[in-house]
Amino acid sequence: MTPSLKTHDLAVGYRSRGKSRTVLRDINVQVSPGELVCLLGVNGIGKSTLMRTLARMEPALGGSVAINGADITRMSQYDLARNVAVVLTERVAVGSMPAFRLVELGRYPHVGWSGLLSEEDRAIVRDAVIAVGAEHLARREINELSDGERQRIMIARALAQRPAVLLLDEPAAFLDVSARVEIVATLRRLARERNVAVVLSIHDLDLSLRMADTIWLIDGAGRMHIGAPEDLLADGSISSAFSGPNIAFSAGDRTFKIREHPYGKAFVGGTGEGLGMARTVLEREGFEITHAPEGAQLMVTMNASGWEARGRLGTNHGASFGELARFVRQEAGATLQTEPQP
Amino acid sequence: MSIWPSGFLMAFNHQEQRGSGTYDLDIPAMAASMRTRQTLVLGLALFLLLVAFVAAICLGSTAIPLQSVIGALSGQLANGNPDFDIVLSIRLPRAITACLAGAALSVAGLQMQTLMRNPLADPFVLGITSGASLGVALVVLASGTTVGAFLSSGMGLGGGFAIVGAATLGGLLVLVPVLAISVRLQNPSTVLIFGLMTGYAVSAFVTLLVAGARPDQLERWIAWGFGSFSAVTWTELQVLAPVAMLGLVVACASIKPLNALLLGENYAGSMGLNTRAMRLVTMAVASMLAGAVTAFCGPIGFLGVAVPHMARAMLKSSDHRVLVPATILLGALMALLAQLVSLLPTNLGVLPLNAVTALIGAPVVVFVILRSRNGVFAG
Repeated sequence: MTPSLKTHDLAVGYRSRGKSRTVLRDINVQVSPGELVCLLGVNGIGKSTLMRTLARMEPALGGSVAINGADITRMSQYDLARNVAVVLTERVAVGSMPAFRLVELGRYPHVGWSGLLSEEDRAIVRDAVIAVGAEHLARREINELSDGERQRIMIARALAQRPAVLLLDEPAAFLDVSARVEIVATLRRLARERNVAVVLSIHDLDLSLRMADTIWLIDGAGRMHIGAPEDLLADGSISSAFSGPNIAFSAGDRTFKIREHPYGKAFVGGTGEGLGMARTVLEREGFEITHAPEGAQLMVTMNASGWEARGRLGTNHGASFGELARFVRQEAGATLQTEPQP
Repeated sequence: MSIWPSGFLMAFNHQEQRGSGTYDLDIPAMAASMRTRQTLVLGLALFLLLVAFVAAICLGSTAIPLQSVIGALSGQLANGNPDFDIVLSIRLPRAITACLAGAALSVAGLQMQTLMRNPLADPFVLGITSGASLGVALVVLASGTTVGAFLSSGMGLGGGFAIVGAATLGGLLVLVPVLAISVRLQNPSTVLIFGLMTGYAVSAFVTLLVAGARPDQLERWIAWGFGSFSAVTWTELQVLAPVAMLGLVVACASIKPLNALLLGENYAGSMGLNTRAMRLVTMAVASMLAGAVTAFCGPIGFLGVAVPHMARAMLKSSDHRVLVPATILLGALMALLAQLVSLLPTNLGVLPLNAVTALIGAPVVVFVILRSRNGVFAG
C-alpha cells in the first residue's frame, strides 16, 4: 500500500534574505490511510514549521514530501488542495457568514471559477458537516460559535476538500478540556471511517498517548522518535523528552511528578479509592512516597471515613483531601524547622 | 492515573452525543432563506440608483423637467434644443461618470479590505492618490511656463488630458514599486504599511512643491483636490468607461478567490488559490480603478472605505457573491447622491465633492456600524 504521506530525508526551517536556518533535518516518516499521528514536542522546536512544510506552505530545505507517491513540489496548487487539507492555529475572522457557507468553501479546489456548487458538492458538504457532528451549528453565524465549535466547522471545511491527508496544527490550542477531547476523538473516528491520514500537532501529552496510532516525538535535540505511544513510553524516549530538572514524566502512570521532595518521606496505607489521591496530595506538598512505613516521617492511613495521619506534630484525621493538605503543610513546616534537608 | 476518566473518553469515541437526524441539514433551503433579504437589498439599491440617476440628470444649475429628459434621451427633442444639449453633453456624461467612479472606488475598496483583511483599507492605501497628486502638482506648477503651454496645447484639450496623464503617470510611479514589493512580502498588512508610508512621503514632497506655487497655480491645484464629476465629457469617458468596466468585470470574476481570502492567505492557498498571483491581480485592478477615477475626477475619498461596510451591514453577509454586486450598486448610488448634494444652493457655489462624500458618508457609516451587532469585521 502506498503511504498517504511519506517524507524522504526532509529538512525544514526558515529561509530569509538568502540565508536558511534548518530547525529539523533527516525526517523520514510515513502515514498510512486511516492512521492518526500526533506530533509532540516542546514549543519552538519546529512542529509548526514541519506541518507547514508538509502542506507546502513553506519550501522544504532539503529532501522531499510525497503525497500518495507524488512529490508535492510537482503538484499544481489545485492538485495539492485536492489531496491535502489543513487546519491552522490562527483564528479566522470571516465577518458574517453562516457556518455551512464556510464548509462550502472547502469545495474550492473542486468547483469551477464561478464557485457554484453542484448537487454532488452539496452532498459532500452535508456529509462533512455530519461527519464532525456539527448539524446543529450549520445555520449559525461563524462569529457566534465558541472556539471548539468553530474548530469543528474548520475541520468540516477541510473534510469537504476530500483530502487524502489532513494536517492540523495545534487544533486544540485554544480549547477547553472537554472540547479538546472531543476534537481529537472526532479526528480519530474520521481517520478510521474516512480512511484519511491525519497528522496533528498537540501539546496534550496524555490525550495524544491515548488517542494516537503513532507518535512523532521531537526531543530537545531535534531528533524525531517514531512509534506507537506504548513503544515510546517503554523505550523511555517520552520520559526523557518531557522530564526536566524539576519534573519527571513517569511512564508507568503517564503523569508528571515534581522531583523535589524537601520534606522527607511519607507512607500511605489503608484501603479505598482515596489511596492514589492521598499520594498525589503528599507529592504536591513535597513528600516522597515510600512503599514501606519504615523511615517515613509522615504516615497516612486511608479508611472508610477519610484519613488519619501521624507525623511529628502528633496525629490528626479528617474527611477531605483539603484538610489533609493543610495538615501536611503544617507538618512540612515542622520538618523544615527540625531537620532541614539539603 | 490520568485526568481523563476513561468513560468520558469512550463516550466521545462513540459519538453518542451526535444528534443524528434531529437537525435539518437542507443546505439549499438554508441558502434560500438568506437569499430573500439579499434580493430585497439588491433590488432596493437598484431602484434607488435609477431614481438618483434620473434626478442627477434633471437637477443642476437649471432644472430640466422629466419629459424633456426623456425626450432628449429618446431622441425626440431636436439637436438644437438647449435642454437636449444640456442633457446629452453635460448631465448624462456627468451622471455616468458618477456611477462609474462610485462603483469603481467602492469595489476597489472592497477588494483591498478583503485582501488586506483590514476594515480600514481603501483603494488609496497603496499611495495611488499621493502619486496622482504629485503628477498633477507638477503639471499645475508648470502651467504658465513654456512646458505648461506645450503640454496644454499638445493635448489640444485645454490641459484636461495633461492633468489626467500626469495623474496616471504619478499614480503608476508609486504603484509599480509598491506592487513589486508586495509580491515579495509575506504579510499583506506589511504591504499596507509600506503603501501608507510611501503615500506620506510623496504627499510631503507634493506639499513642498506646492508651497512655492503662484496663487493662480495654487487655485488650480486646490480645484483638482476638491474632486468633481463634471470635468468628464464624452471624450474622457471613452477612456474612463472601458477602464472602469474592465476593473469591475475582473472584480466579478474573482468572487470565488475573494471568498477564499476571507479565511486568510494561508487557508486560501491550502484550498488551491495561488495567493501571490491573486494579490498582484487584485492590487493591480484596484489601483487601476482608483487611479483612473482619481485622474479624471480628482481624489474622491471615503466611498472606497465606506461603501463596502454599508453593503456588508445591509446584507448581513461577507459573501462576495452578493457583496460585489451590492457594492457596485451602492457605490454608484452614493456617488450620485453626493453629486446631487453638491448642487445644493449655497453661497459657496457647487460644493466640493470630496467634502460632500465625507459629510454625508461618515454619519451613514457610523450609523450602520453602530447598528450592526457584530461590528464590521467581527471575527
